[in-house]
Amino acid sequence: MTLTAIIFAGILTYFTRMTMIALISRDMLGDKIKAVLEYVPSAVFPAIIFPGIFINDFGAFIEMNDPKIFGALVAIIVGYFSKNIIATISAGLVSYWFLIFVVFN
Amino acid sequence: MLTKKQLFTRGMLDISPHMLSVIPFGIICGAIGVELGFHPYLVYAMSFIIFGGASQIVFLQLLSAGATSLVAVASVGIINSRHLLYGAVLSEYLEKLSFIKKLLISYVVVDQGFAESNKFFKKNRNEEFLHYHLIGTGCTMWVCWQIATLSGIVLGSFVPEELGLKFAIPLTFIAIVVQDLKKLDHVIVMITCGLSSLLFFDAPFKSYIIISPIIALFVAALLLRLKK
Repeated sequence: MTLTAIIFAGILTYFTRMTMIALISRDMLGDKIKAVLEYVPSAVFPAIIFPGIFINDFGAFIEMNDPKIFGALVAIIVGYFSKNIIATISAGLVSYWFLIFVVFN
Repeated sequence: MLTKKQLFTRGMLDISPHMLSVIPFGIICGAIGVELGFHPYLVYAMSFIIFGGASQIVFLQLLSAGATSLVAVASVGIINSRHLLYGAVLSEYLEKLSFIKKLLISYVVVDQGFAESNKFFKKNRNEEFLHYHLIGTGCTMWVCWQIATLSGIVLGSFVPEELGLKFAIPLTFIAIVVQDLKKLDHVIVMITCGLSSLLFFDAPFKSYIIISPIIALFVAALLLRLKK
């Protein structure tokens, strides 16, 4: 039963990946739409970033002094200047750990 | 002109830093599936059949909380509908490929792979075998995801929960968009999306993940009109 559901979920997911690549030709999209599509990364990824920071595992808003906010700010600053992915992720994690294990412990 | 192999390797290199967050997250996903009481084979089958990070966890959590299969399947579809936007962006660069190649390459389109390949495509429009970069990012992601979820399934959650490694996921996406903070229009679009995602977080079927990009793209369209 569960396997059937997984297969359907997989087919559906595959269709989300394939539809625009294989079934739509670029000519069907006008210049205006192409210009708007330039913003896709900026329009999609914050929907993963914001809840990942501001909402906890139980679906509730975090406090404004939550270590994750500090970690995210450090990651933004380090990422902005270093342009390095590993430095960005590590700086965010290490500053977050510093707060939860050293400061708030 | 870069060769296919060079482009593939470049794709692998461009996405590999993201494995710092993907691998721990994969281990957590695998371990959660088993902890929720699902058969290890089923938990692994998802990594192969769905191959979609967070949607796999949501699927199992919904089922174990007593939701119907229909609700679980619909949620996966809605969470992953953001790939439609990635596809629309990538289609420009993949236009020349045969239909079969398009069908095959679609399977490996993932968030981080789209982000890194799209950055590369913008700078190297004239390369003949551009799609090998996307294959490089996608295959690297695929292999790491299979290994990571399998390790989580077999070894359990050997990543200590106190480390809060799920936090690495928002960090990985911060690394992707952070350079666009230089552009005011992009900042406005990002904030619109982020605030919308918090506002609609409780919308049914996790639909905030596609509602907020649509709102943000609408704002982007307005900004483009104002610019003229």
